[in-house]
Amino acid sequence: MEIPYTVVARRDTGVWNAKVGIWLFLASEVMLFGGLFSAYVFLRLDAGPGDWPHGVLNVPVGTFNTAILIISSVTVVLAWAALKMRQFTRYRIYMAITILCGVVFLVVKLGYEWPQKYVHFGARIKESELAKYEKYLGNQHLLAEGFAPRKEITGHLHNPQALHDPNIKEYEIALDPVNADPTNKKMDRPHFFYVPPTEKIGIVEKADVEYANMFLPKHSSYFATYFTITGLHGAHVLAGVLVFCYMLLPASTRLYRQNPEHLANRVEVAGLFWHFVDLIWIFVFPLFYLL
Amino acid sequence: MDTTTHVGAHAAHDPHPHGEHPHHELGFWRKYIFSTDHKVIGIQYGLCGLVFLFLGFSLMMMMRWQLAYPGQALPVIGKILNVFGPGSMPDGKMTPEFYNSLGAMHGTIMIFLGIVPVAFAAFGNFVVPLQIGAPDMTFPKINAASFWAFFVGGMIMLFSFFVPGGAAKTGWTAYTPLSIITDQGGTYDPVFNGQTLWLIAFIFLITSSLLGAVNFISTIIQLRAPGLTWMRLPFFVWAQFVTAFLLLLAFPPLESALIMQLMDRLAGTSFFLPSGLVVNGTPLHVSGGGSPLLWQHLFWFLGHPEVYVLILPAMGIVAEIIANNSRKPLWGYKSLVFAALVLGFLSFIVWAHHMWLTGMGTAVSAFFQTTTLIISIPSVIILSAFFISLWGGSIRFTVPMLFATAFLPMFGIGGLTGIPLAFNSADLYLHDTYYVIAHFHYIVAPGTIFGLFAGIYYWYPKATGRMMNEFWGKVHFWPSFICMNLIFLPMFLQGMLGMHRRWYDGGQGWTLAGDKVWGLSGFQWNQPISIAAWCMGLAQIPFIINFFWSMRHGKKAVSDNPWEATTLEWTAPNMPPHGNFVTPPVAYRGPYEYSLPGRDRDFTMQNEPIEPGEQVHHPSTEPVLHA
Ligand code: HEM
Ligand SMILES: [Cu+2]
Repeated sequence: MEIPYTVVARRDTGVWNAKVGIWLFLASEVMLFGGLFSAYVFLRLDAGPGDWPHGVLNVPVGTFNTAILIISSVTVVLAWAALKMRQFTRYRIYMAITILCGVVFLVVKLGYEWPQKYVHFGARIKESELAKYEKYLGNQHLLAEGFAPRKEITGHLHNPQALHDPNIKEYEIALDPVNADPTNKKMDRPHFFYVPPTEKIGIVEKADVEYANMFLPKHSSYFATYFTITGLHGAHVLAGVLVFCYMLLPASTRLYRQNPEHLANRVEVAGLFWHFVDLIWIFVFPLFYLL
Repeated sequence: MDTTTHVGAHAAHDPHPHGEHPHHELGFWRKYIFSTDHKVIGIQYGLCGLVFLFLGFSLMMMMRWQLAYPGQALPVIGKILNVFGPGSMPDGKMTPEFYNSLGAMHGTIMIFLGIVPVAFAAFGNFVVPLQIGAPDMTFPKINAASFWAFFVGGMIMLFSFFVPGGAAKTGWTAYTPLSIITDQGGTYDPVFNGQTLWLIAFIFLITSSLLGAVNFISTIIQLRAPGLTWMRLPFFVWAQFVTAFLLLLAFPPLESALIMQLMDRLAGTSFFLPSGLVVNGTPLHVSGGGSPLLWQHLFWFLGHPEVYVLILPAMGIVAEIIANNSRKPLWGYKSLVFAALVLGFLSFIVWAHHMWLTGMGTAVSAFFQTTTLIISIPSVIILSAFFISLWGGSIRFTVPMLFATAFLPMFGIGGLTGIPLAFNSADLYLHDTYYVIAHFHYIVAPGTIFGLFAGIYYWYPKATGRMMNEFWGKVHFWPSFICMNLIFLPMFLQGMLGMHRRWYDGGQGWTLAGDKVWGLSGFQWNQPISIAAWCMGLAQIPFIINFFWSMRHGKKAVSDNPWEATTLEWTAPNMPPHGNFVTPPVAYRGPYEYSLPGRDRDFTMQNEPIEPGEQVHHPSTEPVLHA
């Protein structure tokens, strides 16, 4: 028994089966990420002034990753076009580049960007104690400038035991530039380039802290959505890379020898998926890095 | 027509042009367990789903004891039930935690492991490809993957009963923040606890229905037999088509919500935890800033389309059986199709009618009240078309037809009692009472489940080559029908008295329940209801025996078309082989050409060519197709 229309299009619908399948699948993916993005909107609208972190991600690195993904979207189309012209070697080269891009993206994301966050620390000061930490927060200055207040003191935690040990009463933080020099006008807006914490140590009493943690998902709604959405997106990138790897394996070469059009169809379908993954990133990047 | 030549070409050539799959008999495992044949997968889904339905029902039968006789030891089986752990039924008495587990798991199992697998996956898999004249689904391997994802999800759900602390306890709706702070700390395992396993299992189930939905839609679009145009599809196929779209688009937002709840439980995030939450007197140490309302929105964005997932396939089954047994074309075929499409669309914009109590503003509530009222219009169109179809027919009261006709008034009661709930002001009182329970059970239990029974009796000969026993079928039908009403009718009364749907003691401790209606207080009504529920359990015994006994010993089906039906599945041999049809069918006419004038038989099958000079009279018959 053979299923019709796996390779050739059905006349009256004009498509072959897998193409219908992938578009349906992508529709459901839109709804999946739509659910997460709607959570982002909900939580962000709920957050009071100063409760949503800004400028905590590394914009140049994010831009680099955006470019990488866009390049890979181009190369996957070139791979498909090469197959259509029956240029198998070129197909393989473009495919390899696509895979490479995907891997670079993942390494940058999971190997560099995420871990950089885990070692960063933030302590949210209780509303009633904000004035006490004016020297780190500079809220008078912000008020005068018409900006939202700062409520959090961030940097590298010098005494990580403080997180767990109830006998330690203070956090010692190597302050981020914005808390080291809060009234400097340069600090009013997020930096484009990443600036590491300064040498200056700030002391925050635990009793004055509403909630403190490393920049992990549990740190705040912002990082919760950031890690969840980029994590799920990363899983999609990984899935795409694996599928593309399969398309370089001998099994696919055999398919090419027997029925090159079938392989081209597979690449087309996988490519559509890849474009979608790319598109999601195009939403993720501004939402988390820029806005 | 072009498509004709194409399929014809397929059939004429060597079926294995690449010569890489020599034809060989599949072994037992590949043929019956890890099969990719849509019929086997359908039957697998069906059997598992029926088992789960019975299981979910058993959980409810246990709860009914606690509601009718709160705090008393359950005789005989109470002791056995300690398999659920020491916290479940000490001395045969049900603990509140165990009661909550039973309630949550009853809902979850019935809806996601019972009805959806049987109504959508089992009937859809078995019947749809046959009805559209296809050899199989477009993606047979994905189809098998869908079943196994479902199976794993179901097993995890069952397993969760036996972890420390027992299964999930916060209702099938798993409202936050309660669902996040339960089953945590103390003796609970961080992962192997009821609520976390519930979430994980659910992700498997969503994966399963996603794969299924993609397969169904693409199969219906791509693999219709030549000549089987859209307006010649049996209504059942349309119903499954719309259902698949609902699953495809409504489930993923819930999946995202499940992921977020999982993050809240495992990674300590606060997606659904508001700031300043205090649990048992201690402030919760979380970042806060989350929104419990967000969960409700994401849940009901699935939840409402889901209720149409539960009802549409049953409507499809009933349509087939009514046409077949009234020996008349279905009345208003086109209106039925458009009503189903409109229903599908509108079901995405009514979800907040489950959330009136959250205090949404008047503008928002006006919007959702309006859409909710509008959505009852297509429901009424469908129901009316079914009733009118009976008018003037020569009705045969076969067992499938008994169930199908019973569906109509039951669905009617369920649908009409939804209308008061659609009004914000009335619902503020009725919300979370037994009235809501009665409303939706009238639709799902004597509605959908009767539809499923009808379908089982109807397509049984196609699957097994034998008929189920008529007599025992009637012995199954009548007590079930009576018990259903004895169970759910009084619940309207209880609800209007104000009885809350989640009370552990059945309202015994609630003074206002002393108000009497029809001689009994709200609490006292629990007893007759419970007795009816247990009788209903007994009434399923004839079905179970009939179902298994008939496989071997039932009367042989007189032909491949024992009901003298018109649709294409009856042109395939009974117990169709892999690939289904001996010769791929071609459709020449609409799906319900019963009692055409001037013919010696009262049914004309879809694959019978139009005869020269034949009057094309039925609206669903499109211009004549000459092969
Ligand atoms: C025909 C028009 C219908 C209307 C106007 C309607 C209206 C409503 C409303 C407003 C509620 C919320 C009640 C509350 O929680 O306070 C509700 C609950 C419910 N309805 Fe309907 N409904 C209709 C049809 C259906 C159908 C066809 C189903 C199919 C199975 C269904 C299943 C449910 C379920 C399962 C719930 C309760 C969910 C829960 O809280 O656990 N309804 N209905
Ligand atoms: Cu609803």
